[in-house]
Amino acid sequence: MIDKSAPSTRDKPRTPGKARLREHVMGWLFVGPFGIVFLALLIAPLAYALYLSLFQKKLIGGTSFVLFDNYVKAFTDPSFLSGSWFVIRFSLVSIPLQIIIALAMALILDAVTSLFARFSRLMIFLPYAIPTVIGAVMWGFLYSKSFGPLSDLFGLFGATPPDFLGGNLIFYGLVNIVTWQWAGYYMIILYAALQGIDPALYEAARMDGAGKWQIALRIKIPLIAPALLLILVFSLIGTLQFFNEPQILRSLAAGTISPDFTPNMYAYQQAFALANFNYGSAISFALGGIVFVGVYAFLFFTRKRRSFL
Amino acid sequence: MRMKMNRFSAAVAVLAAATALTACSSGGGGGGPTTASGGGASNCTNTIPKKDLPVVTMWGWYPNMQLVVDNFNKQNAEVQVCWTNVGQGSDEYDKFQTSISAGTGAPDVIMIEMDRIPTFQIQNALVDIKKYGYDAAKANYSEGAWKDVSVGDAVYGVPVDGGPMAMIYRKDIFDKYDIKPPKTWAEYEEAAKKVKDAGGPAFGDFAANVSALTMALQIQKGAAPFTYDPAQQSSIGVKLNDQASKDVLDYWGRLAKDGLVGTQDQFTPEYISGVINGKYATYISAAWAPGYLTGAGVGKGEDTGKFAVAPLPQWDAANPVQVNWGGSAFSVTSQSKNPELAAKAAFGLYADKESLTHGWTNQIIFPLNLQALNDPEFVNLKVDFFDGQQANKEVYVPAANAYKGVTYSPFGQYYFDAMTKQVSALIEGSVTGAQAADRVQEDVAKYAKEQGFTVQ
Repeated sequence: MIDKSAPSTRDKPRTPGKARLREHVMGWLFVGPFGIVFLALLIAPLAYALYLSLFQKKLIGGTSFVLFDNYVKAFTDPSFLSGSWFVIRFSLVSIPLQIIIALAMALILDAVTSLFARFSRLMIFLPYAIPTVIGAVMWGFLYSKSFGPLSDLFGLFGATPPDFLGGNLIFYGLVNIVTWQWAGYYMIILYAALQGIDPALYEAARMDGAGKWQIALRIKIPLIAPALLLILVFSLIGTLQFFNEPQILRSLAAGTISPDFTPNMYAYQQAFALANFNYGSAISFALGGIVFVGVYAFLFFTRKRRSFL
Repeated sequence: MRMKMNRFSAAVAVLAAATALTACSSGGGGGGPTTASGGGASNCTNTIPKKDLPVVTMWGWYPNMQLVVDNFNKQNAEVQVCWTNVGQGSDEYDKFQTSISAGTGAPDVIMIEMDRIPTFQIQNALVDIKKYGYDAAKANYSEGAWKDVSVGDAVYGVPVDGGPMAMIYRKDIFDKYDIKPPKTWAEYEEAAKKVKDAGGPAFGDFAANVSALTMALQIQKGAAPFTYDPAQQSSIGVKLNDQASKDVLDYWGRLAKDGLVGTQDQFTPEYISGVINGKYATYISAAWAPGYLTGAGVGKGEDTGKFAVAPLPQWDAANPVQVNWGGSAFSVTSQSKNPELAAKAAFGLYADKESLTHGWTNQIIFPLNLQALNDPEFVNLKVDFFDGQQANKEVYVPAANAYKGVTYSPFGQYYFDAMTKQVSALIEGSVTGAQAADRVQEDVAKYAKEQGFTVQ
């Protein structure tokens, strides 16, 4: 990433040493601003967190170097494991749902060109523009058993509304919030990718006798496969690190959403409420490991299929 | 934590996003003013009238804190207080905890609930104020009040308000179903059944998110959760599954299972709206509850004058036990550069008559300062929220006087979280009360061992 000037020198006549040196310096200058920010704000904190995760601090006995003990503990800690299992299950349900909705919307909006389509596009995207915190609080109230619209609706039939903040339905309550918030954003990415397709292809397809469905399935979707892959990776990373929505809803449903509900919340709880920065860092890295493995595996398996996706 | 990303290479992005949270943490530093005494405090919520005096910083969340600080600054000629509200309860503790870990960023004086004092004391985050004016102030507070802010012989806070517990109830519901305030928990259950059979509302609420309340109710039946001698700091007694603790969880678990009480988390809009709409016949709570409820809009409009208060039901009416929920103190932090000045503020704040009177007339605090506690006006006050009932005289003052104090643990947050988890399971019906108590015991004892304690 840093020294890319080398290959070009072969074709050119040998440049004198001074000029090469200047080229070097210029290169560093260009990379410098990014490099400094990158090192100071990303690499250094990561290194520090990694360093912290190798220690253990006890209320009695102080800090000691324990190497990977915190990681061993994390991967045998029921709180961390159940939290990880939750986000994996959550990914399996919420990601396909979000992407199917986003894809359907994008294909519809791409096929229809009217003022209404532009308005719809904006409306579908709007939830993404609402900060997650406000979105979560809003849904918290919509789910309310006593003053939410659900209670009115079910009250009409004399039924009790489902409690989306209760232990059984919180999963779906959160799936709904996340889908509401993110489907519009993914829709915009897919829509932009669809707009980039050369219309001549459609014309050619139509001349070959392809209908609208066939164009969508055989031309459009394969051509936006890279964009689909991109949002899959985005949503996978985002969902495995699930934090904001459950953390906000905790203030409404502390009994249902425990502090170890997701691994990220557990790391936060350990570091900031229980002062175990060391274990909190270890959990963060362990989660980072899970995310890395998950995304790498995903990219690996889709690499071959991408050509006919 | 869902992130928006553009052109990072996949691997870097993954790793970066995965640990962004930790990255934030290592930046350290809680919000709020970081200047120690000696002036220069910038982020004050209040304006400091005497600019030439040294300044100490303070965090606190009493609703009338602004007035209290102004009163102090006006009357004091040695030191001025720069106050900020960084959040209530856990929000503030998380910030304080971060400052402790970072070694910087804490205020000079901090408002802490008494049950949290050992948690911070064991990290050497608080200053023993015995040599900074304790003797002069000693007579202003009861023995029990001092016990709750002490660890061993050392004193780590100035008591401000207490939370003697009682049973708040709705007179309209009690009248409608012809019920007298229950004197024992057995009567409480009977009354709950009677109301339910007549098609009435839930009799009370058993919530997972109020572990401090559940703990107090267990203590009332004779539980002694922690035994802890600060002289032997590394050894702690953890007894969270004795028969009393199990019985209390079984009792409330049964009431919840039979649908006699609600299971709504408290301090939520959902719960408050239930209280307003008469969904709960009683509210087992502390002396600060009327102020909190009034602030949340309860007891106004249609609900005016519908509430009354009775002493907390007992397990054994012949040997009543009074317990406490909440109550706060002002502590001096060990990050203070001038603990002597900070202690002056801790002792002086909310100790003047004007502030105290404002506090109790508005039901913001149940004062522990004897100057207020013995004030006939306070004792005889006819409380509007309770429709003119002399609540202090009849219920709260006797409860406060009979309160003996409790030994709290140095890992209160963990204990409360463990309790929340198990009470939540108990409400769902996946464990019995006895099992829940056993699991809390197992969980907390394991944590205590991990933290280096010898558990007895």
